[in-house]
Amino acid sequence: MFLIPDIVVRFYHRMASPPHYYAFTQKIMPWLVVIFVLLTAAGLYGGLYLAPADYQQGDSYRIIYIHVPSAWMSLFIYMVMAITGAIGLVWRIKLAEVISISSAPIGASFTFIALVTGSLWGKPMWGTWWVWDARLTSELILLFLYLGVIGLYGAIDDKKIASKSVAILAIVGVVNIPIIHYSVEWWNTLHQGPTVTKMDKPSIHVSMLIPLLLMALSFKFYYLIALIQRSRVELLNRERHSQWVKTMLSEQQQ
Amino acid sequence: MSFSEFLAMGGYGFYVWTSYGLTLVVLLLNIIIPVVQRKQFFRQSLKQKRK
Repeated sequence: MFLIPDIVVRFYHRMASPPHYYAFTQKIMPWLVVIFVLLTAAGLYGGLYLAPADYQQGDSYRIIYIHVPSAWMSLFIYMVMAITGAIGLVWRIKLAEVISISSAPIGASFTFIALVTGSLWGKPMWGTWWVWDARLTSELILLFLYLGVIGLYGAIDDKKIASKSVAILAIVGVVNIPIIHYSVEWWNTLHQGPTVTKMDKPSIHVSMLIPLLLMALSFKFYYLIALIQRSRVELLNRERHSQWVKTMLSEQQQ
Repeated sequence: MSFSEFLAMGGYGFYVWTSYGLTLVVLLLNIIIPVVQRKQFFRQSLKQKRK
């Protein structure tokens, strides 16, 4: 604890307490929404209007501004779900369990969006809606992992046991994440290689790159907003017999 | 660029706008569902309390 400043420790302990989390997230929500709206407006304006058409793909490439950020989010949210799941498993922090399970439907949504928009992009460019290549198949497996987590959690009535089971499933599924990321390099495929995360120099023009990064950031803020919404409901349901929820209910009644 | 040209997306309008529309619907659902669930929670809890 010497290395961590006192204020950080205090912040951490406060945030891990459900009533504080509930009140704090309510306070920051309007700010998150404002930032999200600004980022999305700027990203869409830049991507759909300012950026030029691609010299090979014409205007169809504009699907990239939702397809790639969604695919990134599908991986990012999975990692959040697995890591918070592991934290809940080891230290039994209720809030970590709640964050983990609340992330699952949002991650599943982004995976679904990545798959469908990819399909809608593939049809005019590749001439097919779907190919069973490594990238698409491993992303589809990711969707099944998310659905497995949601289904398993719903099937177990005792939410403590449900959280533990789900965390183990999520952690085992992490093996799929590097497979998705490197699939376009390890296997030959129709799917194009990475254009942004290439180490040397991104092979995408800056007028296209900036809106893409704005949309990626906007989706991060969307995730925060959606996560807060879901986790607050999950927290209420789990804590329904605790004092702070009862106090809040009696305040609502008046 | 005219507005109808913008909508046409160089002939790829169907693919582009279906993608964006579907994304909007899915992302909106993820916000609406928890709001409905929270209202439900408060309604049910208050009902139980009154019994």
